[in-house]
Formats: sequence, structure tokens, C-alpha cells
Amino acid sequence: MRIIATFICFFAMSLAALAVGVDEGRLTDPAQEARAQDIMKQLRCLVCQNESIVDSNAALAKDLRMIVRERITLGDSDQQVLDFMTSRYGDWVLLKPPFEGATIVLWFSPLILLLVGFYVVYRNLKKQKFITTAEPLSRDEQARLKELLTEADDC
Amino acid sequence: MIVELGHFALILACLLSFIQGTFPLYGALKNRGRLMSLSAPAAYGQFFFVAISFFALMYAFIVSDFSVVNVAKNSHTLKPLLYKISATWGSHEGSILFWAFVLALYGAMVAYFGRRLPKSFHVTVLAVQAMVGFGFYLFLLLTSNPFERVFPFPMEGNGLNPLLQDPGLAFHPPLLYMGYVGLSVTFSFAVGALIAGRVDAAWARWVRPWTLLAWCFLTAGLSLGSWWAYYELGWGGWWFWDPVENAAFMPWLVATGLLHSAIVVEKRDTLKAWTILLAIIAFSFSLLGTFIVRSGVLTSVHAFATDPERGVFILAFLFLVIGGSLLLFAMRADRLQPGGLFAPVSRESMLVINNLLLSVAALVVLFGTLYPLLRDALTGDKITVGPPFFNMAFGFLMIPLLLVMGLGPSTNWKRADLVGLLGRLKFIMLAALLATIVIFYIVDGGEIMAAVWLGLGLWLLLSTLFEWAERVKLFKSGFMARIIRQPRASMGMSFGHLGLAIAVIGISGTSYWNLEHQDIMRYGDSASIGGYDVTLRDTDGIAGPNYTAVKATFDVSRDGSTITTLEPEARVYMTPPMPTTEAAILSTLSADLFVVIGEANNKEHTEWAVRLYYKPLQLWLWAGVAIMVLGGLISLSDRRFRMGAPTRGYK
Amino acid sequence: MNKFIPFAIFCAISLALYVGLSLNPSNIPSELINDPVPEFALTEVGSDTASFSSETLATEEDVIIMNFFASWCAPCYVEHPFLMELKNRGYKIYGVAYKDRARNITRFLEEQGNPYTQVGADENGRVGIEFGVYGMPETYIIKNGIIKYKHIGPILEMQFEDEFIPILESAR
Repeated sequence: MRIIATFICFFAMSLAALAVGVDEGRLTDPAQEARAQDIMKQLRCLVCQNESIVDSNAALAKDLRMIVRERITLGDSDQQVLDFMTSRYGDWVLLKPPFEGATIVLWFSPLILLLVGFYVVYRNLKKQKFITTAEPLSRDEQARLKELLTEADDC
Repeated sequence: MIVELGHFALILACLLSFIQGTFPLYGALKNRGRLMSLSAPAAYGQFFFVAISFFALMYAFIVSDFSVVNVAKNSHTLKPLLYKISATWGSHEGSILFWAFVLALYGAMVAYFGRRLPKSFHVTVLAVQAMVGFGFYLFLLLTSNPFERVFPFPMEGNGLNPLLQDPGLAFHPPLLYMGYVGLSVTFSFAVGALIAGRVDAAWARWVRPWTLLAWCFLTAGLSLGSWWAYYELGWGGWWFWDPVENAAFMPWLVATGLLHSAIVVEKRDTLKAWTILLAIIAFSFSLLGTFIVRSGVLTSVHAFATDPERGVFILAFLFLVIGGSLLLFAMRADRLQPGGLFAPVSRESMLVINNLLLSVAALVVLFGTLYPLLRDALTGDKITVGPPFFNMAFGFLMIPLLLVMGLGPSTNWKRADLVGLLGRLKFIMLAALLATIVIFYIVDGGEIMAAVWLGLGLWLLLSTLFEWAERVKLFKSGFMARIIRQPRASMGMSFGHLGLAIAVIGISGTSYWNLEHQDIMRYGDSASIGGYDVTLRDTDGIAGPNYTAVKATFDVSRDGSTITTLEPEARVYMTPPMPTTEAAILSTLSADLFVVIGEANNKEHTEWAVRLYYKPLQLWLWAGVAIMVLGGLISLSDRRFRMGAPTRGYK
Repeated sequence: MNKFIPFAIFCAISLALYVGLSLNPSNIPSELINDPVPEFALTEVGSDTASFSSETLATEEDVIIMNFFASWCAPCYVEHPFLMELKNRGYKIYGVAYKDRARNITRFLEEQGNPYTQVGADENGRVGIEFGVYGMPETYIIKNGIIKYKHIGPILEMQFEDEFIPILESAR
């Protein structure tokens, strides 16, 4: 029941999210508006899932966009605006996870996994010994070569 | 009546899959010919019945039989016929039925094309295929029955999400499922090989076309979905790193790796255990994707209405299938003796690096996708892992991959000469670098990453062409004949790599040099973006079959001369009531102009919200992926890959 | 390579997914637990003075329930009868009407009953954002102006017993 109820609630909100509007009250200074847009792109929309608030027309996203603009006109730095948002909604609103504590594992995962991968490959290939000197074809290989050559004729 | 027939056929298919999955396998282990001969007829029968079942559901959708719950929930009489049909696989139940249908289709194809395989191996493969199918039938019958009736039934249905009422999205899921499920064949072959305890060149030759087929479908399905998002969602994005997209992307990455490692098994009879593992993982990712979409463990824009009970069922099924096969792998993999040896610098090594990077990429995408869940489960913290992470992590792995891709095809098997190779390719590198600098100079600079991607794309483009030119000995006597007589597989490889190069160039353009402009416009107002002047001429109210819309007319001109008019629409669908945007796009080789009409800004409807996007090289991305699919299809048409090719290795 | 590693990794993933099934990913916990309520001052519905403020909550002696609702929110209608019952059980409930017009709030309360001690009108939704509200309805438990608990979505009888009562009791 609760699931259904929440679903209705979110659904009602996301309906509006799809309409395309243009914000009134955009900042007149293009540099400031660009900064605001940049910050908005980093903030996750709370009611529409996996979109930034820039892309959403949900009422809450609109309100949050206005807050971003207000704070910029008040002279906040980008970080201060993001901090305000996280103080209300937590790290959840940051599309880019913060680089601290437990998320360091996340940020380094490509490198770690790549190194582990290289190690595994190295160990496995060492076991089967790379060939380093030229060696004549083995009997098997000669047979295989013959097979391949006759096969090419079939085609 | 027809609905009951479909329901009954589904139960029969379920029973047949059980028979196909058990008795013949027992027969294969005990060498009983009669039990084994049950296998193929059961596969055909299973396909026959599940097809009846699937078409019965489709029939219920076409005639709008709202006494069927699934139809009532997902259809509406006013919907155009195409979307009544596509609603068949648009719902949770219907899409699982479609899964089972495709699974049985592939099963029947393996039964037919594989009839010249050694009997016991053929039977084992079909049994594995049937066991997976059995799980899906049980899932359908026990938790997600698409044929469930309601009484009293509603007079009208709830309709289908209007976003899904689009030709692009009508065909996106079938293609994607054909790809997802196509990997089941490779999986069954891998498990069959583990049970039989042997893998050889013949096995790889068997597996390659099926992987290639699945890969083509996956690539086409993914790009169609991406293309749909691009023109339908109304802000010109084409990839969002959404969990559901990731769920489809991971099997693609692994399948791409598998495609390459199977070459090594076929040509050099080595990397066998690894290839088997990849085959298992590729299909595992397909199943995992199904789980993620349907269980609600991750929030996604694409999620089906979710249900924890179903989640538990799929998870248990997942555990049996994937866990079981991985366990089998752990116990049997040592039997697969490595074959041909190779030097650290060789085609094999290049392909190993390709596999390593693709697998790590898939793992990183998996980790990033599941990280919020892991964190929540362990500490209760809610956190988002969004596009910035994936772009960075994925990009980090793609840079070396694209570098190696330029070298790989020119490298010799067994042992290659790196210095010589680099010597041959140094002009290509210089050319790519120079071209990047020239382009940067022309477009007035950009971010450093833009240069990196552009440069890598050009490098891959030129090195692929260079390798092709060397292979066909371009401009030496008889080269025309050589071009035509190239093995299709090599031709396909060239096309595949070329397609990726073009797509990468497109991505660099559309990601780093895009422009956007949003404004409130009155009639006669103009806005300029990317050298275009866009003037709002007029708007008009129009009515479609199940929606009403505002259609705007924009005049587009460049340097004062009118080029064309664009007519974007803002639609409001009736059931369910929902607005959608139909962007109007002017595509040229150099850039897309993307125009979206939004809401009226005042009551008199004289001011309109308008969004304009300028997406350089967007067309290159779509052309690139299309060429990749084309490459796959060319490769697939290679006579050596005939699915029924004689199987020398098994005697 | 130990061939069991893929299997082990898969087991870990399955376990995480199993745990994940019982979690609700769209439920974002409050950042403000054990923090003082954000400063705000709202006019009460039907009056012009800012008579409902963070000060009101800070000076409140009882543990109170603060409920964000709106007349346009369907789940709020589901929840409302239970709020009425809580009032009858003697709980003190403050309401904030989120992004709603005074006329609509008044009608909503006339039709559905008024369980609230005071109802603040958060017309532009700013107080909601200060509290970290993102869906309707949401409910807080507050003691001496300190936020103790946040619930997202309509409160149902069973959840009240399981989640609210322990906190209400311990905070008392």
C-alpha cells in the first residue's frame, strides 16, 4: 500500500517533469547564469530519479534551480551552493560522488581492477611460458597449417 | 478462448522445456540414444507452444481484450495498432514472455543448425538452454502470468506510457532482447563444453557466429534506445549512465570481449578457460540486467513497476543459473589445456589487452551501478553515482583500448615486432595528431579531453584504413579483386573498427562542443545558435489519434538565407495524461540543430518556452554505430561462420 | 588464478542484491536528524502574522509531530484519517501546507478534519526545502526544537507502531 501510495505521489510529480519550460528569473549576467547551469548539472533531481535538476521540469527541481541562482547572486562560491544542497538533502543529491572516505575505493576502482587484471594475466601467461625464441612449427601445428590451407581452398 | 489457449500453450512449453532439460541430458551422460533423440523435437515443440502463447497475448492486445489484466493495464482502444502490438512486450509480464519466446527460438535454431554436432554435445547444449527456459516459464506461471483475467473487466484500458509510443522504442526492446537472449546460446555452449570437458577450434568456430549475432542485436538495440532518448526526451542527451542502460551495456562490453577472445581460441587454440568464463559472464550480465530492471533495487527512469516477491524469485533463479555455472567452471576449467603459445608482443597479446580492458570496464560499470546499493546495505548512507564518475572511469579505460585497437589488427599472430610495427604506423600517429591540431585551430579550441577523444578517434580511423590498405595491397596490381575477395570476417572487422572510430569522433564533437540556448520567444522572435538563426513563425493546435499537440513552425536560416523550416511538437497524451516533446532536428554531417517547443508562457499563448541545442557531429555517432552493426553482419555472412558449418573438431 | 574467485564475487553480489531487495532506494534519509529545526517563520493559514516559527517548536515542551502535506497530494488523503486518530490519541501535530493556496487548505481541512495545532502556509515551498522535503507527505518527530526522526510517504497504522512509537517514547 505504501509502495503504491508513494508511487502515486512520485508519478504525479514526474508528470510535470516531462513538460519543457524555460525558467523565468534566469540571471541576466551570462557568466553567472552559465555558472548556475553548471552547478545545476551536478545536482540530482530528487523526484524524477537519475536526472540532473537542469533537465527536469518538476516543481521541486524548479525551486532548487531558483535557489542555486539566488545563492550565486548573493555571492556564494560553487562549493558553497553545493554544500547548502548537501546540508539539506545529503550526498545523495550530488551526481558526482564526493572524493572522500569510502568513495575513494569507488574512484580508484578502475585503476585497482586494471592492476589486478594485469597481475592475473601476467601470472597466467607466465605459467604457460611466453615464447621468446623462434621455434619451428611443431608437428601438430604443421598438421593444423595443412588443414587450414586445404580449408581455404574449400571456401 | 484464444487467451486460454495461450495460457495452456505456455504450460505445455514449460513441461516440454523440463523434458528437454532432463531426460536427453541423462541420456547423453549414460549414452542412451533414444533419450537423446527426444532433445531436438522437444526444442521445436517448446518453440511452437511458446510462439502460440506469445501470439495469443499479442492477439489479446490487438483486439483490446481488457478482461486480461495485462492488456487492461497497458493498452487502450485508441492506441495505434503498432503500439498495441508493441505493448505486448512493453509490460513486465509480456516482456518476460517475449524473453522466453526468444529463448525458445534460439533453442530451436540450435536444434536445427546444430544437428551435425556430435550428438551428446548437441543434446547437452539444448538441455542447458531448456533449463534456463524452464526457469523463465516458472517465473511467468508463478509470479507474472500475462494471461491472468479480471472480472468484472474494465471498459477501457489504462494506456501505454506515451513515451513508449514511438517507432524507435517499439523496436528497441525486441532487438535488445534478441541480443540479451542470444548470449544464452553462447552460455549453453560454454556450459556444454564444461560438461563435456573439452574446447577446441571447432567449438570456437561454433560459438563465434552466435556471439556475433547476439552482438549485432545488442549493438542495434542499444543504439536504437540511445537514439530514441536523443530525439524523444527533449534535451538532446543520448546516454545517461542510468542503471538500466548500464545493465544493457555490461553484456555488450563482455560480448565484445568474447567476440575477440573466441578468435584466439579458434585461430590459436588458447585462452580457452577465459573464453568460457566470458561466455558465462556475458549471459550472467543479461540475467542481472533483467533482475535490476524488475526488482526495484536500483532507481531508474526505465524501471517496470516493481515487486519484491518477483525480485526474490529472479534472484534465486539467478543464483542457480549463474552460481551453478560459475561453480561448474571452477571445478572443470582446469581440464581445458591451454594450447598455442605466444610472445608478449603478438596479436594474441593485443587481444588479451582488449579483453582485459573490456572486462575491467564492465566490472567498473557494475561496481559503479551497484555501489549506492552496497553502501546503503553496509552503512545506510545514500549516495549517488552519476555520469561524472562513469565518464571518468570509463574514459580512463577506453583511452588505452582505442590506442591498442589501432595497433592490434596490424600485429602478427604468435610473435610480432613492436618496433617495426610502430615504425610502420608512426606516420598514422603523426597524421592523427596533426589533424587534431588543425581541427582544434579551426573550431577555436576546446577542452583538453575533447582533443584526446578526437585524436583517438582519428588515430583509430586512420590506422584501420591503413591496415586495410596494407592487407589488400592497395594500388598494386589486382587490388580491386583483392578488396572484393577479402574474407568477410576481416572485412567485418575493418567495418566494426571503422564504425567505432567514427562514433568516437562523433562523441567528442557532441559532448564537448555542444551549445544550448533556452528562451521565451514571441512570434517573429529570433535566436541564434551555432551559426543558425531560428525564428518562431507560428504555432498551431493539432490532434492526433490519442493526443493533442501544439505544433510550432520555426524558420531556420544561415547567413541570411532560409534553409528549412522545423516543426517540433509538444504533445499531451490522453491515457495516461502525460506531456511529451517531439523535437525537430536538422541533421547535417557537421552538426545537428535540435529544436524543442515547450509550454506557453502566458495565458494568451503568444509566448513560448523554446530550447535550442547545437550538437556537432551527432550524426557521426549514429552513423558509427550503424557501421559497427554492418560490420557485424558482414562478418556473420562469412561462409566459414555458417551456423551449420561442418564440425571437424568433434569426431 | 584460483578458479573459484568468479563464483565468490558472484556470491557477494547476490548477497548485496538480496539485502538490496528490502531497501528502498528512493527513500532519502534526513540530514538533519539530531539537529535543531532550520529557522523559519510561516504565517498561519487564515492569518497574516508570522505566528508559526522555529521558535514555536523550540519552546514546545511535548514531543511533537510535524507533518508536511498538501491538498493536491493524493497520498495525503490516504494518510489524513490516521492523523485525525493520532490527534484523538493525544499527540500534538503541527502542519505545514506545502505549496498550496490558503483557500484549498481551508477546504481540505474542513472536509477532512483538522488534526493540527497550528498550520503554517509554505506557499513557495522554501521551508520545505530547508527541511529537506522532497515528496508529499513527509513527517518529522521533533523534541525541544531538535529533529529526531523523519518519515517519507503517508503514515500507516503499522508503521506508526513500529517506527514512531519507539522514538516518541524514548524522546519523552
